[in-house]
Amino acid sequence: MIERIKQMLIKEFIQIFRDPRMKAVIFLMPAVQLVVFGYAVTTDVRHVRLAVYDLDHSEASRELIARFVKSGYFDIAAYAATAEQVRRRMDRGQVQAAVQINRGFMEDLRAGRTAVVQLLLDGTDSNTAAVVLDYSARITREFSEQVWLSRLSRYPGSPPEPTGVQLRTRAWFNENLESRNFYIPGVIAIIVMLITLMLTSMAVVREKEIGTMEQILVTPITPSEFILGKTVPFALIGFADVVLITLLGVFWFGVPIRGNLFLLFGATALYLMTTLGVGLLISTVSQTQQQAMMSTFFFYFPAVLLSGFMFPIANMPAVIQGLTYLNPLRYFLVIVRGIFLKGVGPGILWPQMVALAGMGLVVLWLASRRFRKTLA
Amino acid sequence: MNLLRVWAMSRKELLHIARDPRSLGMAIAIPMLLLVLFGYALTLDVDNVPLVVWDQDGSHASRAFVSRFTGSPYFSLRGYVRNGQQLERAVDSGKALVGLVLPPDFAGRVDSGREVPVQLIVDGSDSNTATIAMGYADGVVRAYSQELASRQIRRRGGVEPAWPLEVRPRVWFNPELESKNYIIPGLIAVIMMVIAALLTSLTVAREWERGTMEQLISTPVKGRELILGKLLPYFAIGMLDVLLAVLMGEFLFQVPLRGNVALLFAMAAIFLAGALALGMTISIVTKSQLLASQVAMVLTFLPAFLLSGFMYAISNMPQAIQWVTYLIPARYFVALLKGIYLKGIGLNILMLEAGLLTLFALLMLALANVKFHKKLE
Repeated sequence: MIERIKQMLIKEFIQIFRDPRMKAVIFLMPAVQLVVFGYAVTTDVRHVRLAVYDLDHSEASRELIARFVKSGYFDIAAYAATAEQVRRRMDRGQVQAAVQINRGFMEDLRAGRTAVVQLLLDGTDSNTAAVVLDYSARITREFSEQVWLSRLSRYPGSPPEPTGVQLRTRAWFNENLESRNFYIPGVIAIIVMLITLMLTSMAVVREKEIGTMEQILVTPITPSEFILGKTVPFALIGFADVVLITLLGVFWFGVPIRGNLFLLFGATALYLMTTLGVGLLISTVSQTQQQAMMSTFFFYFPAVLLSGFMFPIANMPAVIQGLTYLNPLRYFLVIVRGIFLKGVGPGILWPQMVALAGMGLVVLWLASRRFRKTLA
Repeated sequence: MNLLRVWAMSRKELLHIARDPRSLGMAIAIPMLLLVLFGYALTLDVDNVPLVVWDQDGSHASRAFVSRFTGSPYFSLRGYVRNGQQLERAVDSGKALVGLVLPPDFAGRVDSGREVPVQLIVDGSDSNTATIAMGYADGVVRAYSQELASRQIRRRGGVEPAWPLEVRPRVWFNPELESKNYIIPGLIAVIMMVIAALLTSLTVAREWERGTMEQLISTPVKGRELILGKLLPYFAIGMLDVLLAVLMGEFLFQVPLRGNVALLFAMAAIFLAGALALGMTISIVTKSQLLASQVAMVLTFLPAFLLSGFMYAISNMPQAIQWVTYLIPARYFVALLKGIYLKGIGLNILMLEAGLLTLFALLMLALANVKFHKKLE
């Protein structure tokens, strides 16, 4: 039996790597993807292109604008002289936000009245717009508070320095709030899922389509040996890819690994069981490689979207949230992020690991049952 | 070019498609599924941030302060903890993203007008959510402090000065900042790139793998005719998908379409032609379905998804990656779609994107033709 599985493994490896381009796809592509996507996938909003539409031209208006620049979030991309210019630049996407300071700004401030600042935002990217809105609110609030305090000190009988609640914020796990640290463990998970799914989903159906399945049927190999022969090579490839891109993530991007590496690999094994199982199941129910490819996609895309990789699960409708419990990526993301960033151990991660193991066993069982039926 | 031969080729391809209704069904269902997911289920908006509170004071004043957080739509209270360890565990396990720690003499400090230090622990792993949650908390606390200060001033019989600045934000193009308005137009581009990859990347490789290419070689059909004939049916399916997507955006999700519909479809046709030709080129070059499917996924789906500006704003990426995005045709199409949908702008502003998109389509068609050799090796 061992001998037969060994032969099967040799055959699979020969088949996969017969085309030298396949090596590049399996080992080079994930690395390139991680590097490119690791840089691209960021929700940090910096260097917002700001247009200044200053009608007051006063000391106070310049001071307010200086605060926007000093915050580090804004770059002044244009000084507009008319509202029309602002509009045109925004249409062309040359600026993402504009501050409009009307005439009489400084006068209002001096006289102790409330001065109005108009903020214009390009809402086409609603996420960036919301963040820019938040930045601007903070900058103007600080400016406002300072002026308010100086006004207060001019009134007799006022306390010299009113005190309130001081908020001391500390971000755990990711002190500088870099979105890269959050996304890269996730990118590793989705790349590995794609590779293993695609390889296994094609594995059985290719034999059917090309007609080599009949040759296998006449050999003494048993169905379970065949299934093992079709999963073990891809599991090994998946592992190699995980190691490769984890190293890249740690040494190239400097993502911290705070938890236990053995735990990470153990969890990866469970995760690969589920992706290989799903791939195999797809392969056994498909008639052609085209169908297998489409079914893979049909599974993969929702799996990525409903995993919490970029869209927080807590904000989804309840029905969809229920659906995410069927998604192996959901559990694996909690595990990788927990191990990379939080450094937590099995004491906290065991429910996710149990879920992965359970799902893996169920899909592998389904796939092999389905496969026996195909043969019969 | 003989149109009759092109038509014969298309008919043969149509028969293939008709014989495999499952693939055809998925080619229609995938776009709908994606649209429904993005329209209903997925949002980047941050609200209901899970919060735990460690109130060491337990006074009337401290509860009133906490209710400022729990009463806002931004935070949802997941419980109270009694020590630092419990707080740590709640954040470690992801039960809470934010922990609020109130000092033991909260009420005393508030009454005597001393500074009140309140600690906010934020799970920073998701930096986006963390930043936004911190902004919310800051707003809540400042509003509270402001009220405290006013109360102090009034108690001493002082006069309260007017608040110096009022910011009036106005959001153009998408006033409610609804993420579906910005995601659905871009999604059309991603869907089409994917459909193109799924449909055409296997079509030539399959013929090679199964050996039917030899039969085609023995016919008088020319390379150009074969490519065009194979593209046409998939082009029809792709345009049907676009139509469905636009209709769903209009009637199901009420995404405003401010620009010219004809321009939208014209650009979609150009993009689709280029994307299909790209899939075809992959198929021609690889000659193996396994390799073609891998390459197609890597070259089309993920870049269209992550590098096109569909989800992640290109201007936030590092400069080198921004240069890379110029190689991604979906980038131009996403810009075109967002411009036409949300800004209602026309070709006079979108000239560059439209031009580059056309260039891409022509290049891809040419490449497919150059790479295809009608002979056995």
